[in-house]
Amino acid sequence: MSEKTLAPSQLDQRDASWYVDKLVQILMFVGGISAIIFIIGIFVFITKEGIAFLFEGFSFTEFFGSINWRPTSSNPTYGALALIVGTASVTGVAMLVAIPFSLGAAIYISEFATGRTKETLKVLVELLAAIPSVVWGFIGLSIMNEFIIEVFDVPIGLNVLNAGIILGLMAAPIMTTIAEDALKAVPDRFREAAEAMGATRWQIIRQVIMPAAKNGLVSAVLLGVGRGFGETMAVLMASGHAINIPTSPFDSVRALTATIAAELGETAQGSEHYGALFALGIFLFIITFIINLAADLVVRGIRKK
Amino acid sequence: MTRNLFTLLVAIAFLAGCGRPDGESSRSVIQNKGSDTLVNVVQAWAEEYQMVKPDVAVAVTGGGSGTGIASLMNGTVDIANASRSIKDSERENLVANGNNPVEFVVGFDALAVFLHNDNPIQEISVEQLKAIYADGGELERWSQLGVTVPGCSSDEIIRISRQNNSGTYAYFREAVLDDEDFKLGSRDMHGSKDVVDLVANTACAIGYSGLAYASDEVHMPAVSSDGGETFVTPSVDTAIDGSYPIARPLLMYTANQPEGAVAEYLDWIMSNEAQCIIKEKGYAPAGPVECEASM
Repeated sequence: MSEKTLAPSQLDQRDASWYVDKLVQILMFVGGISAIIFIIGIFVFITKEGIAFLFEGFSFTEFFGSINWRPTSSNPTYGALALIVGTASVTGVAMLVAIPFSLGAAIYISEFATGRTKETLKVLVELLAAIPSVVWGFIGLSIMNEFIIEVFDVPIGLNVLNAGIILGLMAAPIMTTIAEDALKAVPDRFREAAEAMGATRWQIIRQVIMPAAKNGLVSAVLLGVGRGFGETMAVLMASGHAINIPTSPFDSVRALTATIAAELGETAQGSEHYGALFALGIFLFIITFIINLAADLVVRGIRKK
Repeated sequence: MTRNLFTLLVAIAFLAGCGRPDGESSRSVIQNKGSDTLVNVVQAWAEEYQMVKPDVAVAVTGGGSGTGIASLMNGTVDIANASRSIKDSERENLVANGNNPVEFVVGFDALAVFLHNDNPIQEISVEQLKAIYADGGELERWSQLGVTVPGCSSDEIIRISRQNNSGTYAYFREAVLDDEDFKLGSRDMHGSKDVVDLVANTACAIGYSGLAYASDEVHMPAVSSDGGETFVTPSVDTAIDGSYPIARPLLMYTANQPEGAVAEYLDWIMSNEAQCIIKEKGYAPAGPVECEASM
C-alpha cells in the first residue's frame, strides 16, 4: 500500500478535482438557498410596492367590508370583499369537484391498479397537470359556457360553477399525485394484517389505509386549495369577471388574481390604483403562504409518528 | 471531459458574439404602443409604411390606451395610441418630466352597441343605455324595455363591459354615463373581440365596442341621443358626419413635438393613402378622403 507512505500535506492536495468538487458544492448550496432568497425577494418587492397604499389610501373596513371596487372612478374606492368572496367561492366549488376525483383516482392507482394500468394512469395524470391554464380557460370560455347555458337554462355560462369545475380539474392531478404518495407510504404490513383479520377491501381502505394516510390526504387537499387561490388565467376567462357577491353557483364573480392580471398592465406605476393592486397581492401572498405552511406542517405530522 | 466542454462553450459564445452585424444604426425603429381598438389599423399602417420607407421599421404593440400612455411616460415608446384623451394626471406627469405631449387625431370610431341576433331591439336611446349601465340605473330586465328575448328565459339584462382601464370603457363612461360610475356586476372583458364573442353566445346580453369589431353573429341597434326622436345606425359614414352620437376620436400622442422619422411617419398617417387604410378597417378617417372603391 503506497498510501501509507504519503505525508499529511500530500494528502491535502488541491488538484483540479478538488476545485471542481468545491465549485459544485457551492453551486449546490446556491441552488438550495435560492428558493428562500426568491421568496424573501418577492415578498419584499410586493410589500415595497403596496406599503405606501397600506399607509395612505388604505381603509381596513373598506378593503374587507365593501364590494365597491372602482379604482378608475372619479371618486375611487377599493373594496375587495367581492373579489375575496369570488376567489373563495370558486375555490370551494373546485374542491367539491376535485376531492372526489383525486381521492378516487389516488385510491384506484395505489390500491387496485397493477402493472401497466398503474403506470399508464400515473403518466396520464401527470400529463393532465401539464395542460396550460390558458387552454383550460379557453375550454371554460367556449365549451363550458354554452354547455352550462343549455343544461341549466341560465342566462350566462361564465360563472362560479364553470370556473369551479375548470379549476377543480386543474387542481385534481397534483392532488392525485400527492394523495397517491400518501397512500403508498402506508406500510404493506397494515394491509396484510387487516387482510389476515378477514377485512374486505373496502374495509381495509376506509378503516385502515385512509386513517393511516390522513395527514397526507389533508395536505393534498390544502395544496389544491392553494392552487385554487393562486390560479389566474383560467379563472379570469371562465368566471365572467364581474364584481358580485354570488348567491348561487350560476352567478358570475371576479377573483383576486384575475383583477390583478387584468388591471396591473394598464395602471401608472406608483399610482394609488397600482398600490391597491399590490395590496391585493400581499393579501393573496399571505393567504397562500398560510395554506402551504399548513399543508407542510400536516405532512410533517406524519413523519413524526 | 469537463475541460473540453468548457472550451466548446467558450467557442459557441465567441461565435454568437461575432454573428451580430454592426450596421444596425442606418435603420430607425419607431416604437408604437397602446389602444387595442387601434391596433389593427396601426398594424396595417406599419406594414404599408414598410413599403413606403423601407429604412424605417414601426414596431407595434397593443395592450390598451393606458398602457401606451404609461409607456410614453416611461420613455419606452415614440408614439402612444389611445382611444381616449390623455388624462390631466397623465399630462401633468409628462410635463413634470420635462415633456410637452402633442396630440394627433388620426381617425374616428363609432362605439356600437351589440345585441344577440335573437334580441328584437332595433333602436335604443342613450338614456336607456345609461339606465342599463350606470350605478343606480333602473333597467335590469328586458321586459322593462318592452321586449321578450327568445332564449333568455330569465329576462335579466346581462351587461358586458370592459376592464376598467380600457379606453373604450373610459369613453363609454364619459359619453353615455355622463361620467357617473358603472353598475357593479357587469362582466368585464379584456378585449373588444371578447365582448362581441360573448354577446354572440348569450341571448340575454348587451355589450359595446368599436364598430370595427362588428360581426354577423351580433346586431347593432340604432342609437338616439335626443330622447328617442331620431335614431342613427352606427356606420363609418354616420361617424364621419357626426350624426352618430357615440363616436370618439382616435388619437396618437408623442411626448414632444415629433422630429425626424417619427414626424414623417405621422405626416404619412394623415395622407390619403393611410387614411384609406383606416376606412378599410371599419373606422372613420380624420378628414375627407378619396379612396378606390375596394369595399
